[in-house]
Amino acid sequence: MADKDIDETSGIETTGHDWDGIKELNNPLPRWWLWCFYLTIIWGVGYTIAYPAWPMITGATSGLLGYSTRAEVAAEIARFDEQNASLETALAGADLTTLAENEELYRYAVAGGAAVFRAQCSQCHGSGAAGAEGYPNLLDDDWLWGGDIENIAYTIRHGIRNETDFDARWSEMPAFGDILARDEIDGVVQHVLALAGQNHDANMAAAGAEVFYDQCSACHGEDGTGNRDLGAPNLTDAIWLYGSDIDSVTETVRNARFGIMPPWGERLGEADTKAVAAYVHQLGGGE
Amino acid sequence: MAFLDKHKMLERSPTLLLVGSFLVVTVGGIVEIAPLFYLENTIEKVEGMRPYSPLELTGRDIYIREGCYVCHSQMIRPMRDEVERYGHYSLAAESMYDHPHQWGSKRTGPDMARVGGRYSDAWHVDHLKDPQSVVPESIMPKYAFLADTVIDGEYVQDLVETHRFVGVPYTDEMVAQASADFTVQADPDADWDGLVERYPGAVVSNFDGQPELTEMDALIAYLQMLGTLVDFSTFTPDASR
Repeated sequence: MADKDIDETSGIETTGHDWDGIKELNNPLPRWWLWCFYLTIIWGVGYTIAYPAWPMITGATSGLLGYSTRAEVAAEIARFDEQNASLETALAGADLTTLAENEELYRYAVAGGAAVFRAQCSQCHGSGAAGAEGYPNLLDDDWLWGGDIENIAYTIRHGIRNETDFDARWSEMPAFGDILARDEIDGVVQHVLALAGQNHDANMAAAGAEVFYDQCSACHGEDGTGNRDLGAPNLTDAIWLYGSDIDSVTETVRNARFGIMPPWGERLGEADTKAVAAYVHQLGGGE
Repeated sequence: MAFLDKHKMLERSPTLLLVGSFLVVTVGGIVEIAPLFYLENTIEKVEGMRPYSPLELTGRDIYIREGCYVCHSQMIRPMRDEVERYGHYSLAAESMYDHPHQWGSKRTGPDMARVGGRYSDAWHVDHLKDPQSVVPESIMPKYAFLADTVIDGEYVQDLVETHRFVGVPYTDEMVAQASADFTVQADPDADWDGLVERYPGAVVSNFDGQPELTEMDALIAYLQMLGTLVDFSTFTPDASR
């Protein structure tokens, strides 16, 4: 072309633009770069043909490879389900009391239960299952509703005091603040501290013993050892869900506690429910 | 060099350049955005989605105000590990009444899309007041002040109307009853039949355990609803989506 403008110093063609005497060299792009660029364009076109891409009137093109995210995840889940099918079915139908006799199945259940526990249960019961104030420690041998594997599975399946599952474990301690006089409550608290072998005022505790017999013994037992059918805790040991100091115990007597656990049976499915039960049962306190 | 000469003309006329750039951007907009408005399969039909109740909507505002979305996503991706941990992957329909959606882009904390019903109200109170009291390894900040901030729902009707304005199908009745529904959802002793009829599946509870209606109530009402609306027993995934 005739109007080619060559820069005198470098001998390279310029773009022909001239800004106050300054010109821009028109160096060609490196060839390898240019070819890579063209290749990505070709690859991009091929990609939109192979995979879902172009919007049409009623839907996007589905692509020649027929790829679908949902189909992929469904296939992957199916693959693992199939791989574990025999163990899962066996576990879902297993009798929990004899589960430990089948070594392979038991190992599968405990390992799987541990994984489910970390994902679903640890938020309340702690990642090490040691619980928190108001959320029971699952490592010890003190059980509110029973610590054999069947009872643990029932609690997991139906939960406690929730309104979503009709079979949830249910009991409700009355708020004695509305029922007893202040000095009666103080007496009962001292009596409870005495039951637990803590420092207490013997005179007040003696007065509280009668109130305890009238008001508390129906659930907690005359000797204060509790009743698992009612989820009434044993008051004579050193394990306290809501604290053992005078203030905490007074708060419990006055306003009661109403710990709720959601039902997990439906969410987890039968096999996982049993797996978590097996895991919790072998943590240390299982009966 | 005819083409290049014309380009020079474009470059030297700001107005022409503006019109030209606008045309180019419009093409991109039409290709990327426009199909979403008419594509039938953008939002699939599911059973159970309903507009948020006034208290849930208020809780959602608090969720946004406190920046919960900065650390928590509401989007379970279609991958096996996500489905195992959080439940069924999220559907577009599940955020159809979200303005704006709360998908989030980062998970410092876990996904919230199906947190509803997983924990008790009392756990949420404990956890929001002092996350480390129940999850020692958590780095979440404390939100105890929510339980001290009493709310009266003065503007809740306006809030509902605003969401109706941007396309959420609130009925006239829902708007008219907004204030009443707002209070009733946190009071199990009140007459909440109308609320549950208007908002099926709404959880009625004294969420924070206090007599006053606080921001804590609203936020927990919102959290306990998340992911519980769609009835997955009637849902068959369409693989082409």
